[in-house]
Parts: sequence; structure tokens; C-alpha cells
Amino acid sequence: MLSKELFKKPKNQLEHAETVLPDPRKDGAEEPCLACPACKKVLFENDLERELFVCEHCGHHFRVGPRRRIGWIVDPGTFTEHDAGLLSENLIGFPGYEEKLAAAHKKSGEADGVLTGTAKIGGFPCAVFAMDPDFMMGSMGTVVGEKITRLFEYATREGLPVIGFTVSGGARMQEGILSLMQMAKTSGAVRRHSDAGLLYVAVLTDPTTGGVTASFAMEADVTLAEPRALIGFAGPRVIEQTTRQTLPEGFQRAEFLLEKGFVDKIVDRRKQRMYLHTLLFLHGREETL
Amino acid sequence: MTAYECLLAARAPGRPTASEYLSGLFTDFLEMHGDRRFGDDRAVIAGIARLGKRPVTVIALEKGGDTADKVKRNFGSAHPEGYRKALRQMKLAEKFHRPVICIVDTVGAYSGIGAEERGQGQAIAENLMEMMGLKTPVISLFIGEGGSGGALALAVADEVWMMEHSVYSVISPEGCASILWKDASRTQEACECLKMTAQDLCFLGVAERIIGEENGEFEKVYAVLRRELSRKLGELEALPVETLLERRYQKFRKVGAREE
Repeated sequence: MLSKELFKKPKNQLEHAETVLPDPRKDGAEEPCLACPACKKVLFENDLERELFVCEHCGHHFRVGPRRRIGWIVDPGTFTEHDAGLLSENLIGFPGYEEKLAAAHKKSGEADGVLTGTAKIGGFPCAVFAMDPDFMMGSMGTVVGEKITRLFEYATREGLPVIGFTVSGGARMQEGILSLMQMAKTSGAVRRHSDAGLLYVAVLTDPTTGGVTASFAMEADVTLAEPRALIGFAGPRVIEQTTRQTLPEGFQRAEFLLEKGFVDKIVDRRKQRMYLHTLLFLHGREETL
Repeated sequence: MTAYECLLAARAPGRPTASEYLSGLFTDFLEMHGDRRFGDDRAVIAGIARLGKRPVTVIALEKGGDTADKVKRNFGSAHPEGYRKALRQMKLAEKFHRPVICIVDTVGAYSGIGAEERGQGQAIAENLMEMMGLKTPVISLFIGEGGSGGALALAVADEVWMMEHSVYSVISPEGCASILWKDASRTQEACECLKMTAQDLCFLGVAERIIGEENGEFEKVYAVLRRELSRKLGELEALPVETLLERRYQKFRKVGAREE
């Protein structure tokens, strides 16, 4: 008997990507080792931790949750979370949204798709955000839009730079047009922050697509990317369906965007803290306490 | 009308496209081509014209009339250069203190290899950020389909007006149905879920105004639009620039804002 799989649409890179590693906050048995999805070599949990979830053999960057990511970047004990209590509601009565949200809470352990707050990096105070690939693939609904907007507004008032890590499938369909409006809303807040002469650094991680690419991910003064991260407006499958062309190897990867002139630098995760520290230093916002 | 019926009406063959609005609303239209960076995207028509006595900048997404024109216009799906051409004209409008009128009708920004290579996401993002600070009034009129980011890139406006049977949504209903139910034939249900009609958008605070279609007598519609656009531009021009920009910021800021 023929397998049903045979008639399925071809999968794209977004669909068979590995699941995100558990956040250290959460309990549960952890695998002592796993195979790198890129080079298939065996990796031990402790080694992975030490290498910030980058494969020591091939440099594959695993997807990671926002707390882990912020933990690597900021000075220990300096992170203060903002707006932790904002929760998504089913604003337009979209069928099945409550269930999706419940599943996302369970999977990620987070309230919504982005973690925001303030911290110090090498002594430099800054506002930081990191999106969550485990919360509906970092999709932007009104809570993500509101938290990002509030962070930029806070940073503008306080004269702080913003460092942001993006990962997103785009606008959150389940909040309809209200999600689309978050693109304009966040762009307005980025604009005001920029007009105040303040620095915004975006680090684009795998994957950053759709409405987030078409708004705050591409509005930074300095745009960095992680190696091999998928970055684009339309997803690869949509492009294949629209154009009926096979996409070239490496299309929409960070290296491709670097070549086309849309990112400033690809920075290995293990070097990001130092890189950001230097950037902050060069923008002269050292702690004056 | 149900949302699905609106969608069908918005896509109906023979419905006026942007070019017809251009000739119905404006006089002395001078088209300006090109983005000065890559090329001229024919999905976007941009230029200077008069609305009554007032010089205005007009930017329109054009789906095309006959088949040859549709192909030339890429069915109204703009590439990055289309959005950059629009932005260039908006900056000139700001320089010469002309208000901007955008006419929106698109399935969405084009999803293709070239569009990605030339930064479709970056082009849209830049328009959103620039329009948020554009020091001249902007009104966006949706005349058919408003497809996602590709429509929003011409709709960070002081006022968003919807034609009676136009729609505006975060994703095409076909795309929504295929993601949600893996079944593109459930478009009708998706239309209802997405809240995409002019009434829905006014209720949600995304659009300000619905323009009646006078049972398809568009000459009457154009007369109403000429009068109402002039009146609204007069109001917006009377505002100090800081007030105009603050009002525009707050219009988008309040969508999905939460009380602590």
C-alpha cells in the first residue's frame, strides 16, 4: 500500500527543523546526548551547554529559548524582566486559538512569544528582548507587539540602547489584522528610539521571517545574524509554490543576506557577548555611576 | 454581505482598479517612474496630480486591466523596488509639502527569488518606519484587496478608508485555510475568521471610514471621494506637524495596547 506521505507537499527547512532545547528553568529528564541535525555527530549535553548550543563539530546553531539566550549575553544577575504579566487573549474569536495558546505556554514555559527587560552587558546598561521559537514559533500578536513597543518606549525615555534577538514565523494569524498592525506599531516605536539618537542592534536568528522581518528585525542600526539562520520575508515553501522554481542552495540563509547586503555581520553565538560589548563601547554609553 | 462575498466582490473582474480611480479623482496626473536603485516596478504607479485645486502625491498599487497589463503589473504584487519607488515619492511629497494619497489593491508583496534577493522585508520595514515620521498628511484608500505587509507598506496613514466591498487582512484567506486546516478550499470559513471586511476593520479601530459603492456607479463614488478627500486633507493640513505625527503614532499605538 502506498504511503500517504508520498502525496504530501514537499517540506521546507522550517518544517523539519529540530525542536528547541528545553529551557534550564524547566524540570524534566534531559537527554544525556543527541545527534547534531546538521552533521549527525553525537553531542553530549554538557559539551553543548559549554558551547552555547553550537555543535562543536560543524558549528550548527541550535534554536534556543529566550531566557537561556539572554543568560549568555548579559552580566550575571543584571536582567530585570518587563511586562511579564501580559497574556494573549482571543481578541477576534479565532477558532482554536485558546488551545494553541495553552499548548504554547506548556511547550515554552513562557507567557508569550517574547521576553523583554533591562540588563547590563559588560557594565553597559541596555534594554534587551529575545523572541521564543517555542511559543507559536515566535509569531507576533498584540502581546509581542505591545511588549516590543513598550521596551523601545522605555529605552527612549531612559536613553538606553536596545539589543534584540529575533526568531519568528511572522505575524500571528490568529489575531488577524490586529497582528498586522503590530508591524506598524513596533516600527513607530523603533523610529522614535532612533530619532532620539539611540542605538538598536538586532541579532537575527533561525528563522526570522514574515511580518517580523518586514518590521523591527530590519530596522536596526546594526543588523547581525547567526550562521546559517533562515531570514526572509516569504517562507521558502511559499516562494516555491508561487514561482514553481527550485530554490538555490543557501537561499535566504544568513550568508546569502550578507552577500546581498542586508546584514552587517554574521557572528557566531560564542562570540556574540564580546561583539555586543565592543559595539556598546564604540557607541559610548558606558555606565557613569 | 458575508466576508467571503466581499472577497469575491473585491476580486471581481471588471471592478475598477487603481488606474480608474486615478483618472476619476485627479487631474494633471504626471507619472514618475523608478526607485533610483534597481528599476521601475510597474505594480506601483506613482506621481503628482491635482485633487481639486490641491497638488497631491499619488501612489497606487495597480493589479492591471487586460491580461497584458496584468502581466506588466505583476497582478499588483510589488517587488522591493515598488516600495522603494513609493518611498522616494513620499519623501518628495514631504519636501514639497504635498499630502500623500495611497490607493491600495494587492494580494500581497511578491514572493519570489528576486524579491527576496533585493530585500522585500527590508523594503517594507523601511516604509513603515519612514511613513511613521513623514511630515505630511497621508490617507490610504483600500479599493479591493489589502494583502498583509504588502498593503501595510502603503498604509501607515493618518486615515485608512475602505471601499464598501474591499478587504484587508494579515494573510490571504487561502493561505490561512491551508495553514490552519491544510485545505485551501475552506477559504470561505477563513474569511469569516480573519475579520477582514470594512465593517470589521472600522470596529477594530484599524480603518476610519467606509465609502459606499453606490451600487457600482463609480462616477458617483469618485465625486464623493473627491469631496471627502479634499475636506479631510484640509483638516489634516491644519494640524501642526507634531500633532499630526503624534496622532498617527497613537492611532497604531493603541491597537492591542493593554492596561496594566
